[in-house]
Amino acid sequence: MSGDVLVFCETRNGVFRSFCGELLTQFRPIAEQEHVTLGAVVVGEVPGWESQLSAWGADTVYRLEPIPPEVGPEALADQLTNLVQAMEASFLLFGNSPLARTVAPRVSEQIAGAFVADCTGLAFGDKGPIFRRPVFGGKLVADVAAPRDAVTVATFRPNALGAREVAVSTPILHTIDATPDGDIRSKVVETVVHAAERVSLQEAETIVAGGRGLSAASGFSVIEDLAEALGGAVGASRVAVDSGWISLEHQVGQTGKAVSPNLYIACGISGAVQHFAGMGSARVIVAINKDPNCPMCEKADYTIVGDLYEVAPALAEEIRRIRVEG
Amino acid sequence: MRVLVCVKQVPDTEAKLMISGDGVSIAERDVKFIVNPYDEIAIEEAVRIKEQSSPDTTVSLVTVGPPRADDALRVGLAMGADSATRVWDAALERTDGAAVARVLAAVAQEVGFDLILCGRVSIDDALGEVPLRLAARLGVPHANAVTKLVVEAQHVNASAEIEGGTAVVEMDLPAVVTVQRGLNEPRYPAIPAIMRARRMPIEVLDLERLGIDPDVVVASSRSRVVGLSEPPGRGAGRIIEAETPQLAARQLALLLRDEAKVL
Repeated sequence: MSGDVLVFCETRNGVFRSFCGELLTQFRPIAEQEHVTLGAVVVGEVPGWESQLSAWGADTVYRLEPIPPEVGPEALADQLTNLVQAMEASFLLFGNSPLARTVAPRVSEQIAGAFVADCTGLAFGDKGPIFRRPVFGGKLVADVAAPRDAVTVATFRPNALGAREVAVSTPILHTIDATPDGDIRSKVVETVVHAAERVSLQEAETIVAGGRGLSAASGFSVIEDLAEALGGAVGASRVAVDSGWISLEHQVGQTGKAVSPNLYIACGISGAVQHFAGMGSARVIVAINKDPNCPMCEKADYTIVGDLYEVAPALAEEIRRIRVEG
Repeated sequence: MRVLVCVKQVPDTEAKLMISGDGVSIAERDVKFIVNPYDEIAIEEAVRIKEQSSPDTTVSLVTVGPPRADDALRVGLAMGADSATRVWDAALERTDGAAVARVLAAVAQEVGFDLILCGRVSIDDALGEVPLRLAARLGVPHANAVTKLVVEAQHVNASAEIEGGTAVVEMDLPAVVTVQRGLNEPRYPAIPAIMRARRMPIEVLDLERLGIDPDVVVASSRSRVVGLSEPPGRGAGRIIEAETPQLAARQLALLLRDEAKVL
């Protein structure tokens, strides 16, 4: 490895997403060990970028020209391809977001690089980095290596690495005029964003999720109330989504989103292996379920056996009481 | 219109998987293989396009895989695809998605295509890299994780996943579309269709036949699995028992604050 480490700093509503800090601070010591530059890649003007990126230890900030919103994902892929090639970077890292998943593999092909997705762990040894990631629906974990001479494009599951303390840096800003030259043959004609969630599911530190045990769509009001008490996001099992109780964006699991929160409260979710694939890396798991023998109860750190319609509202009330009392 | 569907055969979601002696792959003995569920959605969409458009629309399937992968192609033929190609070569045994994309691009160029449909990811390695590498190699646009697709003669409108919603992307053909659950409900082929699919030919190609140098494919492969392991087990949990739900909730809230320190 000889080139820079580049971290694509995605924003949401004009603010850096939490994984930007995780990736920059986790790769800070690696950049030092390898004597390479740690670069933050930002798109356009991000308010407060300087103080945030310096707190995360970035040496350099590469600012890309914003792409008009009607241009398809190839344009950003082309911009990043140009940047990686111009900087002779060794790594291009993303948080595992929908944007990353539609851009990163394309960049990877265009730079003849390696691609690894949804990584939950990272080890850095003499032979270069090893990326740890769940495979086969979370039944197994794979350690993946890329040759040292290849550029590696990787996406990391939000919250999986966590941020570390690093020394404050003084990042140098470079404005990159990497406007793609090829003609772009796709355009975005309409964008539909569903009811703005308080917290993005993937980055949420706390998730309250509901499943079959809710028995009805109306049950999600109980889940939402507990999530609100905790300042968390609402998740769902596949059964709840397939039953039409809640939209697909909330689904956690192999066919939904992979999450890694600090606290995951599973209400009426039996814990099929496919669901566990999407949340098994949560730090603390709570199960609220009538069946004490369900797989979720066996894997949970804390289990309350009971009716979620009684337990979840009581828990919301307790949480609010604790919060008020401090 | 020529629709090409990329298919992968994967272990059944219910299969119990054992790590094989090499430590980097699964033991395939006694494992049931299925069509990657997202690829089934892609096949279904292709067949619907054929059913709803001009009669000269064709649906071709392609897979890169060993002989067992013929079963996956036969499922697609039974669902209504017209033809199937399987590429395999000893050189492909330990290669990654970059190599597979290279092979698929060669097949696409040989059979011709207007629209390529793929599953959003395969449920085994869950990388989702091959379709977009393929699009990049072919120099065509792509839409990822699509839940609605409207196909016209010269272009498609695809509702692709974005953060918290969807973006409708209009693409000139040729293009690559990866499909997400919710796009359609794949059909169960009828018995006569299954019987007919059994008799349909599957074209089997090796790298030489595609004009690809095996050494180039091996060299283009960028990542490799160096270890497979069981996920770390979680320590035994605690069951909170109390006389009322309120008391249980109070105990839990205190444990979350004081012991787990997550509040």
